[in-house]
Amino acid sequence: MKFGTEIVALGLFAFAALVAAGFGVDEPFRQHMWVLFIVLVGFTAVLLRNTSFARAAAVDPSAYMDGPIRYGAIATIFWGVVGMLVGVIIALQLAYPDLNIQPWLNFGRLRPLHTSAVVFAFGGNALLCTSLYVVQRTSRARLFGGGLAWFVFWGYQLFIVMAATGYLLGITESREYAEPEWYVDIWLTIVWVAYLILFLGTILKRKEPHIYVANWFYLSFIVTIAMLHVVNNLSMPASFLGSKSYSAFSGVQDALTQWWYGHNAVGFFLTAGFLGMMYYFVPKQANRPIYSYRLSIIHFWALIFLYIWAGPHHLHYTALPDWAQTLGMVFSIMLWMPSWGGMINGLMTLSGAWDKLRTDPIIRMMVMAIAFYGMSTFEGPMMSIKTVNSLSHYTDWTIGHVHSGALGWVGMISFGAIYYMVPKLWNRERLYSLRLVTWHFWLATLGIVVYAAVMWVSGIMQGLMWREYDEQGFLVYSFAETVAAMHPYYVMRAIGGAMYLSGALIMAWNVTMTILGHQREEEPMPGSVPALQPAE
Amino acid sequence: MGLMDRHAIIEKNATLLLVGSLLVVTVGGIVEIAPLFYLDNTIEKVEGMRPYSPLELAGRNIYVREGCYLCHSQMIRPFRDEVERYGHYSLAAESMYDHPFQWGSKRTGPDLARVGDRYSNGWHVQHLTDPRSVVPESIMPSYAFLKDNPIEVKDFSTHLVANRRVGVPYSDDMIAHANADLMAQADPNADTSGLETRYPKAKIGDFDGNPQQVTEMDALVAYLQMLGTLVDFKNYDEAAGYR
Repeated sequence: MKFGTEIVALGLFAFAALVAAGFGVDEPFRQHMWVLFIVLVGFTAVLLRNTSFARAAAVDPSAYMDGPIRYGAIATIFWGVVGMLVGVIIALQLAYPDLNIQPWLNFGRLRPLHTSAVVFAFGGNALLCTSLYVVQRTSRARLFGGGLAWFVFWGYQLFIVMAATGYLLGITESREYAEPEWYVDIWLTIVWVAYLILFLGTILKRKEPHIYVANWFYLSFIVTIAMLHVVNNLSMPASFLGSKSYSAFSGVQDALTQWWYGHNAVGFFLTAGFLGMMYYFVPKQANRPIYSYRLSIIHFWALIFLYIWAGPHHLHYTALPDWAQTLGMVFSIMLWMPSWGGMINGLMTLSGAWDKLRTDPIIRMMVMAIAFYGMSTFEGPMMSIKTVNSLSHYTDWTIGHVHSGALGWVGMISFGAIYYMVPKLWNRERLYSLRLVTWHFWLATLGIVVYAAVMWVSGIMQGLMWREYDEQGFLVYSFAETVAAMHPYYVMRAIGGAMYLSGALIMAWNVTMTILGHQREEEPMPGSVPALQPAE
Repeated sequence: MGLMDRHAIIEKNATLLLVGSLLVVTVGGIVEIAPLFYLDNTIEKVEGMRPYSPLELAGRNIYVREGCYLCHSQMIRPFRDEVERYGHYSLAAESMYDHPFQWGSKRTGPDLARVGDRYSNGWHVQHLTDPRSVVPESIMPSYAFLKDNPIEVKDFSTHLVANRRVGVPYSDDMIAHANADLMAQADPNADTSGLETRYPKAKIGDFDGNPQQVTEMDALVAYLQMLGTLVDFKNYDEAAGYR
């Protein structure tokens, strides 16, 4: 491979970054451009070193293109560990504020790093690599566009690095889960459109008459995220050589646009995309067909139609008009039905294979993911009811809810998919160790239970303390007293998070050993080998 | 042909699937968001609201930069306990010049929508420098470094121009005086008559206790001290704000 065009393009890009680093109008922007310059120069150097003038081996056009997927699987695990580690750190900062290191490692700068790292770096890479894995195998076609998949993979990693370093430097639009500033947003738009072309192009060249249901979910996730990202990030830079931009909308319009985005980042990024994952990997691992084809059609259209309306439930009792709040609440409650349609379709796929729960820890992980999906899609509609929300809003209950969905559903289904894919991607007979998967399963599950239960208690306690009146009609607690009451729960929450993180570290070890080609000698899972019965 | 059979057409045509799902996902957003640009109660004008002064805007940018919105809301809900704790519930008009809005979603710390005039400048500086020295229960990080960072003013008018492009009514006069106004607001000895006509109710003075230079601490405290102070609720017609 010669990489001629790539090297020239990267070199020019690096030079532009250097110019911007020199002429930038604000200090964070200049620092950010230095980061970009160093990353691009490093990348160019890697390509130069890998240049070879030998004739490249001809590519078999009928073979699957798995290179970017292997990289994606590794990136998923790497960013997952990073994001969860930052999560544990900021959880500890809330319990022990002296752990804040100003200015770069204060809670306010690390928190977007945590959310973006787990949602977009861990979740995004999981979606990227599984979607490309699934679309090739269900379409029986090689990825479209030659090297396009590599551009999407590396382009997305560059987005992650720029977003993450930007937060630490204080570069943010302050829109939750859409914090990167205008120039990083433009870059993501380019990468995302390339991803859409890559995915759609592969579907178009399929050799199967039908588009498999997993691909509907992946496709709707990609196209909806494109729409949400572009509209929510419309903004006016103060200077094209500066980091600061001002949102196109203000006040109430801006708030609803942001939460229309924010809720559907959950709905499409963290739900529709991961349902696509469920629809391929659960039937594969269980070796059973999808429970109901009809149900998958109904719940797909109902889910994508209803989800978009649910955003206003993040703005109950605010200055948003009442009718919009009520509309958001009604649609959120209706959303419970298609969500549970998906849960039932996933769980019932195990009909006739329930015995595998005893012997296959990967199936156990997937089933736990679907169970948490069901639980958090019940909890969500409940919290969207205005009277419930009046208590839960602004408290840790919301944080607990998000984590039961993110750790339970998104995390567990991704781990299941990774454990399924890795031996196949590297042509290994099996994983290094199934017993380590069991350890991962229990650490993760118990970690989530600790986390969610603690946040329920602390969130409801906090909400009740804020509104507590004594018999004379005075507020009982000052705000500072409610903060002090939270301390033990913050500590316990950090412990739950650390358990979940240690499970992810075990996975990283297990996957590394699998890739290196080792197989751990261990007892088979109990029940997986029929016990010999003595002759009567 | 049953409905399920007809669905097979979509399952075999990727373009139809793409267009169909895009159409389905646009409906909700259009119905909910578009009216907000036209309804009276979301675009109402309330007496007292004005664009941020340059120093306040610089302070607001620091508030955004440090992620204050992650722990502090600026949206008081119309409940008895919130109104007693924080003041009159927030109006849509009070964030009409906020690009972006800072309503927040979490109260790890208290709401700040009406924190202006509640504490002295000295209290704010002490609290931002060492939060636990004034509120022992606080878990807020220290922001002592703001005192050492002079405000970087290359050409602050570009920030006002960008705001004007997205609809904030900054006049030519305001833009022309942007840099001077920014420095004057934190300088007790400056002539601030022009500033005060351009930005009524602007708080003027040395905010951070260091008159030698205008720092990020000056800007942030100037912003905090004006939050929620623009609308005079003695003259506000409650019936007009019903939503």
